Amino acid sequence: MASSSTPKYNSNSLENSSSKRTLKDGTNWEQNEEIPRLPGETRVTDKDVIYMCPFNGPVKGRVYITNYRLYLRSVENDPAVILNVPLGVISRIEKMGGASSRGENSYGLDITCKDMRNLRFALKQEGHSRRDIFEVLTKYAFPQSHNLLFFAFVNEEKFSENGWMVYNPMSEYRRQGLPNERWRVTFINEHYRLCDTYPSLLVVPYNATDDDLKKVAAFRSRNRIPVLSWIHPETQAVIMRCSQPLVGMSGKRNKDDERYLDIIREANGQISKLTIYDARPNVNAVANKATGGGYEGEDAYPNAELFFLDIHNIHVMRESLKKLKDIVYPNVEESHWLSSLESTHWLEHIKLVLTGAIQVADKVSSGRSSVLVHCSDGWDRTAQLTSLAMLMLDSYYRTIEGFEVLVQKEWISFGHKFASRIGHGDKNHADADRSPIFLQFIDCVWQMSKQFPTAFEFNEQFLITILDHLYSCRFGTFLYNSEFLREKEKVTEKTLSLWSLINSEKSKYTNPFYSKELNRALYPVASMRHLELWVNYYIRWNPRIRQQQPNPVEQRYMELLALRDDYIRRLEELQITNNSKISNSSTSSTSPSQMMSQVQTHF
Amino acid sequence: EIHIKEPIEKEVNPRLLPGELLLCEASTVYKYIQEDGSNRGSYGKLVCTNFKISFLDDDSASDDNEPQFKNKIVGENDITLQCVDQIYGVYDEKKKLLTGQLRKYPENLIIYCKDLRVFNFCLRYTKEEEVKRIVSGIVHHSQTPKLLKRLFLFSYASAAPNNTDGRNQTVMFETLEDWRDELERTKGNVKYKAVTTNEGYRVSEKLPLYFVVPICISEESILKYEGRGIPIWCWSCHNGAALLKMSAFPKEQDDSTSQMQKAFLDGIYKTISKPPYELLKMDDLSSSLPSLQDIQTAYTRFKQLFLIDNSTDFWATDVKWFSLLESTNWLEIIRRVLKKAIEVVECLEIQQTNVLLIEESATDLCCVISSLVQVMMDSYSRTKSGFQSLIQKEWVIGGHGFLDRCNHLHKSEKEEAPVFLLLLNCVWQLVQQYPPAFEFTETYLTVLSDSLYVPIFSTFFFNSQHQRDTNKSGESLKTQSGPFRFLTVWDWSVQFDCKAQAFLNNPLYAEKPKPDKSQRKTSRSKHQRQLSLPLTQAKPSTKRGFFREETDHLIKNILGKRIGKFINSSEEPPNSLREFYDSWHSKPVDYHGLLLPRIDGPEIKVWAQRYLRWIPEAQLHGGGTIATAAKILDLMEEVQSLQVKMDEEHSQAVSGDVHSVPMLRNSARLSSLFPFALLQRQSVKPALPTSTWKDLEDEDDLVKRDDEFVDLSGDML
Repeated sequence: MASSSTPKYNSNSLENSSSKRTLKDGTNWEQNEEIPRLPGETRVTDKDVIYMCPFNGPVKGRVYITNYRLYLRSVENDPAVILNVPLGVISRIEKMGGASSRGENSYGLDITCKDMRNLRFALKQEGHSRRDIFEVLTKYAFPQSHNLLFFAFVNEEKFSENGWMVYNPMSEYRRQGLPNERWRVTFINEHYRLCDTYPSLLVVPYNATDDDLKKVAAFRSRNRIPVLSWIHPETQAVIMRCSQPLVGMSGKRNKDDERYLDIIREANGQISKLTIYDARPNVNAVANKATGGGYEGEDAYPNAELFFLDIHNIHVMRESLKKLKDIVYPNVEESHWLSSLESTHWLEHIKLVLTGAIQVADKVSSGRSSVLVHCSDGWDRTAQLTSLAMLMLDSYYRTIEGFEVLVQKEWISFGHKFASRIGHGDKNHADADRSPIFLQFIDCVWQMSKQFPTAFEFNEQFLITILDHLYSCRFGTFLYNSEFLREKEKVTEKTLSLWSLINSEKSKYTNPFYSKELNRALYPVASMRHLELWVNYYIRWNPRIRQQQPNPVEQRYMELLALRDDYIRRLEELQITNNSKISNSSTSSTSPSQMMSQVQTHF
Repeated sequence: EIHIKEPIEKEVNPRLLPGELLLCEASTVYKYIQEDGSNRGSYGKLVCTNFKISFLDDDSASDDNEPQFKNKIVGENDITLQCVDQIYGVYDEKKKLLTGQLRKYPENLIIYCKDLRVFNFCLRYTKEEEVKRIVSGIVHHSQTPKLLKRLFLFSYASAAPNNTDGRNQTVMFETLEDWRDELERTKGNVKYKAVTTNEGYRVSEKLPLYFVVPICISEESILKYEGRGIPIWCWSCHNGAALLKMSAFPKEQDDSTSQMQKAFLDGIYKTISKPPYELLKMDDLSSSLPSLQDIQTAYTRFKQLFLIDNSTDFWATDVKWFSLLESTNWLEIIRRVLKKAIEVVECLEIQQTNVLLIEESATDLCCVISSLVQVMMDSYSRTKSGFQSLIQKEWVIGGHGFLDRCNHLHKSEKEEAPVFLLLLNCVWQLVQQYPPAFEFTETYLTVLSDSLYVPIFSTFFFNSQHQRDTNKSGESLKTQSGPFRFLTVWDWSVQFDCKAQAFLNNPLYAEKPKPDKSQRKTSRSKHQRQLSLPLTQAKPSTKRGFFREETDHLIKNILGKRIGKFINSSEEPPNSLREFYDSWHSKPVDYHGLLLPRIDGPEIKVWAQRYLRWIPEAQLHGGGTIATAAKILDLMEEVQSLQVKMDEEHSQAVSGDVHSVPMLRNSARLSSLFPFALLQRQSVKPALPTSTWKDLEDEDDLVKRDDEFVDLSGDML
């Protein structure tokens, strides 16, 4: 790890570290020099440390801890090595070495992050130097375990856009043409009385009464009844989501549930069967009967066709990501990269999720039948499938705002358990509830955007930013497990939305190659020949792998755009001068605006 | 079963090139469309000429859908005889390789092509006589040994009117002037000279007529061992360090001979390691790189992954795709070759030593490495004419045995090795990593690789300049006047019209501003990101001692058994290369300066355009890199039309030198296989995996768990 070009740690040099120091280039560097700080962010402590950089060897620096972030600036390197880590990404803090440990830099802290990296800091061994930094870090990284507020609740940032206004369920359903003569909006879940993990506003078949819904709820795990996610504007086929039926070992049946599914089937005016996609592998669905769950049997649901999509559970996904981290961090597996990658199964899982979503989308757009999607509880795999299928079918969701709506609707409002899956502010790093389900979804979206580079309004940075703030706790967007809890905690009143940040500087997240195309189904190819590891996310900390920024193709395109605009401007000027010269003739030359409209018809 | 409308009896005749003769034909042949395992297809005539195998579709009349990118010589249903890789016959559902004499004639004929197309013909409706004739004809003409003079090249050259485009900017390296110009261009002329010693091929038939050696090398020494043991100049770097290659002595049994050879080499090394020459480093490529046999084996396995019979095949291999890829070793060979090229670049650029590449014949891996080094270091080699000149210099004139390596004459499979394809694969890695740095596109590389099998150009159909020259002089079949006049592949207008040629030009390429000489110097130092490297490299003591102490040892090894790397040998700091690599990559890229490929595992990719282009399942409708490329092309067109408008407004003449840009109107739905998607899937149905992996043996306990363990049965009470 030690490299000849980087300075070795010398404990003596840390003695006067708190006083003024002078950098090589002669500028004075005050200890209280500004570190980036958000409104509402307060400094808690700072300390001289050695950052054990896995790529460049030990780096002497000073670490600052605020109630939001860990910030490190090197003192000797030029350019300075900077670490800027929101405390929310910290999953685990361990002490390494003891007071009597031998060996250089063996005493300190090892911090495991949720975003595919580890941070190691070495400290002086004398005087329990790490005790207070360990305590401060633990306290502020895990506020939930210390009865503290998330930073989102003390964040005082101001944005020009209000991200909480992005998603309004009523207007989103209206955009889909709902309610209509076959589908109605119900307020049965107002105050979350029917289902505390669902949103308050639901769309259900017109022909099902609220009373029917209550009876169905009794037969669906956690009362998560089948409700509408999306309706095809032409075929009127719908995507419904729910949880598993409570069939159990004895094979219980529920007439209301059976009738309800039939009403759904009929609602698109077709006589074909209803297609049910159970996201789980067949065996798991069967195994679920033992705990009271199960799937829709053929006898009870003769008008439905059931398919299993073989997507594995949250534990398998967690292990897969762990293996992926092993082969990319800190060093990328040198030999046998491809087989190592294969052995993590990460892309294989991505392939299965995409394949499932393609099947759902294809079924709905072929118009022959409506689709019901569930897994066990309907908040992990189900959310992945419905949101990806919607992304494939509805180009609105491929815009920046549309995607925000999609995440807000299918994930946040329908109770994907962000708090449990991410473990926001919680010190139990080994909690079996944690799983990278949402990350996997974003990876699938990235795969699609990679395959169709002109189909999405947003760029890669948009997706990475979403993932960064999935952990950061700077915004209220992903906090808590359900709409019910968020309402209780007054999240929209007391915190800011991530979409405020993004929508206030949209250009940063915009894909210049985007071509708007309406009503075009977009089917990715779920083949390993096209699926790629998302290097710019998973291996982004490794300076050897980092991709060229900005992307040269994008840059060239932007240059051409600027050139075009420049020509148009100059042409306009020329025409004005020419027109004033020859004031009476104007028939021959085309005005630039006319010309522009010609050009734009290319797409 | 096949349920297709009755074949229409119609006379369709093949389009023949000058000198092309129809050898045999069969009608009512049914050609399957390679798609989703259905039996869809069309009836037509299958013909075999002395140039190609061709399927003539009975209802091909509807030709209004002219593809935008079309090869004028080889159509979508044409297979040149040299492009045929393997032929299989299907007998009672069993596939059998067809090579020589046939006893039984198959129901189906499957032709695998070297450009990875797969043709599947059904012969069940064809007359038995015709089946016999066509099958044995195809097998005979494409799979059995052939005399050089029977190559279509010669019939074409004697029959075709030769109106070669004289404006070709490619330097052919056939004249002494070409070599002198190259020396001058690279400022190598102070220490190196072009020699005429090989006129009349006095020295060797393997060496080119003219070549370049260090000034101090005498004519006698060149003649002594037929050019073996002589350092031959490839290229000079801006700092004066040169890249050289040398043909090694074969292992000699006789002791006195080997003693003499040793003494000879000793003398040569002494002369060229003295000032003014830089220190010399050697690299015996036959021991530091995979052997030709390894390369051939790897590619044979690799290409098999892309010769897909049907959809089921595609998805079955998809499950274990990455490990299948890895087991071929092809990508690893590409990685090692790129790494070797980086090592050589480091020696030239940082250590400022001359590098001598050594190989038995110096015409295989030497060509790969020297070409790659030049592509990486000399931005001229990244222009189209520069790259073509490079291929002429190092490969065509340099004496790469294309005829044997491609096994064009089916003489010996032992000699076959895709060495040139390896170079194109490596260059492709650079092209996709640094799109703005190259004047040409990946499509250019793909069609160049296809041209290896088009025997109307002499470029890839001889083993050496000598062989071409001797066969050129017309002891012609007929009483033809004068020597044959062969075409060169670099005249792209032979294969592609203007519109199609535009796809070979990279719209992202930012041309280097043409500097005059004084500017050139300044721009160079400005571009040298390597100058800002940490100066830890400067350890002259070890390097200076390197040659003298090691000479004996080295010579011994060159004469007989070979040892590992001389470059990067053990006494050097092992991380100096890594430092060079890391330091270069940590700085912004100058597309006209030095380029180093990224070679970490995730960075080495499969050349999708070349390898996946005929596979319908791999097609992305409206996606792929072509989607962005199309947007750029459209924008360029717009900018150009604005330019024209501006000129008109200025009431100037319409500017003539507007670069031609491909027209891609209505391009939003192009397939990712564009411009090669000739067998486009008509349906927009998504491709769905038919076989997916399910078992996770090692994680059984996890698999069986539920997401959250909650006993739901309690809820019911």
